[in-house]
Amino acid sequence: MIVISKILIGYLILQGAILSLISSIGILRLPDVYTRNHAASKAATLGVISIMLGVFLYFWLIEGHVNTQVLLGIVFVFLTAPVAGHLISRAAYHTNTPLWKNSVQDELKQAKKGK
Amino acid sequence: MKKAGRKTNDIILQTITKIVVFIIMIFSLYLFFAGHNAPGGGFIGGLMTSSAIVLLLIAYDVKTVKKILPVNYIMMTAVGLFIAVMTGVGSFIFGVPFLTHTFGHFHLPVLGDTELATAVLFDLGVYLVVIGVTMTIIQTIGETE
Repeated sequence: MIVISKILIGYLILQGAILSLISSIGILRLPDVYTRNHAASKAATLGVISIMLGVFLYFWLIEGHVNTQVLLGIVFVFLTAPVAGHLISRAAYHTNTPLWKNSVQDELKQAKKGK
Repeated sequence: MKKAGRKTNDIILQTITKIVVFIIMIFSLYLFFAGHNAPGGGFIGGLMTSSAIVLLLIAYDVKTVKKILPVNYIMMTAVGLFIAVMTGVGSFIFGVPFLTHTFGHFHLPVLGDTELATAVLFDLGVYLVVIGVTMTIIQTIGETE
């Protein structure tokens, strides 16, 4: 039981760390604000949630201590991080930050013009 | 902080604020009550409660938040200082030095055997002062044109 939980916890922590690394590589390499924001808000959120789940399972299964604050933190990050990404993207769009030069479609522009 | 009467469609922010404010409030109350035996206390609890109110101010305008929470924050600061001083003065009744705190075990109806300390009342004063001062600063800055 302890060995299985240790493997699971190790996997979750490692997955979270690797996802965070992938997300930061995405921020460095992607061309414009929207794609970078996509990488930052999605991969980093899952990375942080994985690490927190690993921490929760570590304290629950090995130390025998249920920490509800970590669960609340998971719910909180899961709710708020996408909203933060949405708001940053929206603010960038409304201040006329250009899209990547190879973008083919901008439907929001037409919708804004029609209003 | 949004100006009153400006039309924007912040439906995602406002919907998520309605849920998240309760989580922040509950966590700040937890921090306030956990302060005796765990990290937390009046100061960080008060800062977190005021951050929940600031989130409301960001998602809605000043007028709406004033309607939701009709609190005079300067009075709140005064009440907090009064409570903090009275916990100190109250120790004179028992003939002990100023700000002497004590605790005891009580049997409460639902919670069972609970340790109640008078230091919590002092912390309540700190909590109210921190909320009052933070919200006064933020509202004063936010309302100036």
